[in-house]
Amino acid sequence: MSLTLDQVRKVAQLARLELAEDDLARMQHQLSAILDYVAQLQQLDTEGVEPLAHPLPVQNVFRDDELAPSLPVDEALKNAPARSGDYFAVPAVFDTTGE
Amino acid sequence: MAETYKIVIGLEVHVQLLTKTKLFCGCRNKFGLPPNSATCPVCLGLPGSLPVMNREAFRLALKAALALNCRIASHPGHPPGFTKWDRKNYYYPDLPKNYQISQYDLPFSHDGWLEINVARDPKKEFTPKRIGIIRAHLEEDAGKNTHDESGRGGDTRVDLNRTGTPLLEIVSHPDLNTPEEAITYLEEVRLMLRELGVSDCEMQEGSLRCDANVNIHVPQPDGTHHETPLVEIKNLNSFRAVGRAIKYEAERQYEEFRKDTRGEYRFGKWLKETRGWDDTRGQTEGQRHKEEAADYRYFPDPDLVPVVVSQEQIAAVKAEMGELPQQQRSRLVGQYGLTAYDAGVLTAKGRRTVAYFEAVAAAVGDGKTAANRMSDLIFPALSDRREEIDAFPVPPAGFADFLKKTGPLSKQDRVHLLGHMLDHGADVDRAMEATGIKPQTFDEGTLRAKVAEAVAANPKAVADFKKGKDAAKMSIVGAVMKANRGVPNDVVRRLVDEELAKA
Ligand SMILES: [Zn+2]
Repeated sequence: MSLTLDQVRKVAQLARLELAEDDLARMQHQLSAILDYVAQLQQLDTEGVEPLAHPLPVQNVFRDDELAPSLPVDEALKNAPARSGDYFAVPAVFDTTGE
Repeated sequence: MAETYKIVIGLEVHVQLLTKTKLFCGCRNKFGLPPNSATCPVCLGLPGSLPVMNREAFRLALKAALALNCRIASHPGHPPGFTKWDRKNYYYPDLPKNYQISQYDLPFSHDGWLEINVARDPKKEFTPKRIGIIRAHLEEDAGKNTHDESGRGGDTRVDLNRTGTPLLEIVSHPDLNTPEEAITYLEEVRLMLRELGVSDCEMQEGSLRCDANVNIHVPQPDGTHHETPLVEIKNLNSFRAVGRAIKYEAERQYEEFRKDTRGEYRFGKWLKETRGWDDTRGQTEGQRHKEEAADYRYFPDPDLVPVVVSQEQIAAVKAEMGELPQQQRSRLVGQYGLTAYDAGVLTAKGRRTVAYFEAVAAAVGDGKTAANRMSDLIFPALSDRREEIDAFPVPPAGFADFLKKTGPLSKQDRVHLLGHMLDHGADVDRAMEATGIKPQTFDEGTLRAKVAEAVAANPKAVADFKKGKDAAKMSIVGAVMKANRGVPNDVVRRLVDEELAKA
């Protein structure tokens, strides 16, 4: 199973990764190898096996609605690429992809 | 006459749930905290942290879904009640994990409905319409970005307090056909969720948000209709904005349709477009086109285990739900003989107001009078005093006593007396003593003479009345009531009728 260069470009774009042309070819090769490895599962005979919506046999794990200490602001912002007052600061974004 | 076009509207509503803590961690779930003061490794998406579902968030979501008449996780090929959470992958600074935990193919609730009143004049009549609910699912909210508005391209500032707070997404079928219906639907959702304690639904604070999917159907000569492409309107900041935006968008689409000579402006031929509502300019504006449809690459979240909702759980939540607004309105109409409108007014004011009303109605034995007097006297007093019904100094028994003893008085006198009771913390007897306003013992003969005098003194009113102006009669009643404080209004009316018949 081989990915096209365009598919690699698209996946990179979705992951916000900027890849040079060399990198693209290398990623094409490596990603295809991973897909091939996983594709071995296709050889299994799954006739009559119920599809599984979730791999774990555990269900209904909840916690009570009780407060736990949050991090101090300085601690929370420690890994921020940049800080503006008590906010994370990021380069201006305009495209509203999210909700 | 056939309408020019039919508007077709589906609403997507997000409400924040009233839990103490977030959906997957113990950080505080509260609006208005100092920036980034309620975060932890889980909601910051730090490596190695694991989410655990908040039991209360799920319970509140289940309550809302049952109130919306939804089926609970009934998915073919899966056990009854089986639901799971999925990762919705996208990159945005308010989403530190780079995925949102949401629900994709097996939402915990679906296929419900909500009944709203779509009467042309909702004050006079009740015309029910069922709005279908496609699904309601439980997901986590994102943080809040603040963009630099100066135009100099300064940094975007990110506050992650809201990240991971519980959110219920309610998606309606496109069953709404006018801006008014859309607003009525939103009001009904808000009333219900507030009454159930599920959400405070404050649009100002973002605990209720709404996007509208709108297109129009234009009837064609051959009996079919032309459907315009779907537009999703975002940035709706008030119910009023929802109504205005839908109206504007329908007109805009109709213009586009009329300008389009090649038949290209058609549902299915265009990708769904997202437009933002500009409330100041009163128009929707195209947002930058995405090159392709969003690709969220959903997959089951391996960090969370599925939930299986039992019949017992459903029964328990139903049992504590109490009476829903629509049931309450019908009961008030049936039990007390109220008009649909009066029942609607009481219900819209919330359960505690209804409880007050019912106590007064039981004590005076007359629901209509209780409802009318509450509208005349208590609601204006509450809004003057900026007070909730719980804090109203006159309890239901005191108000019922007031109504029994002030029956014969004019509205003006009642307002005056109640005002005295509120200002001085007095009961009705002491207020009557202090103000001298009280029902007078009267002799009908004397009163009739006063009425005859008033009729004689108002020849113009008498002439107007003879010409069919009923209002003229009331001016005579008013004159008599004013000159003879405390005389019973109903008797005066009867005497005026009788004297006018003679005149
Ligand atoms: Zn947290």
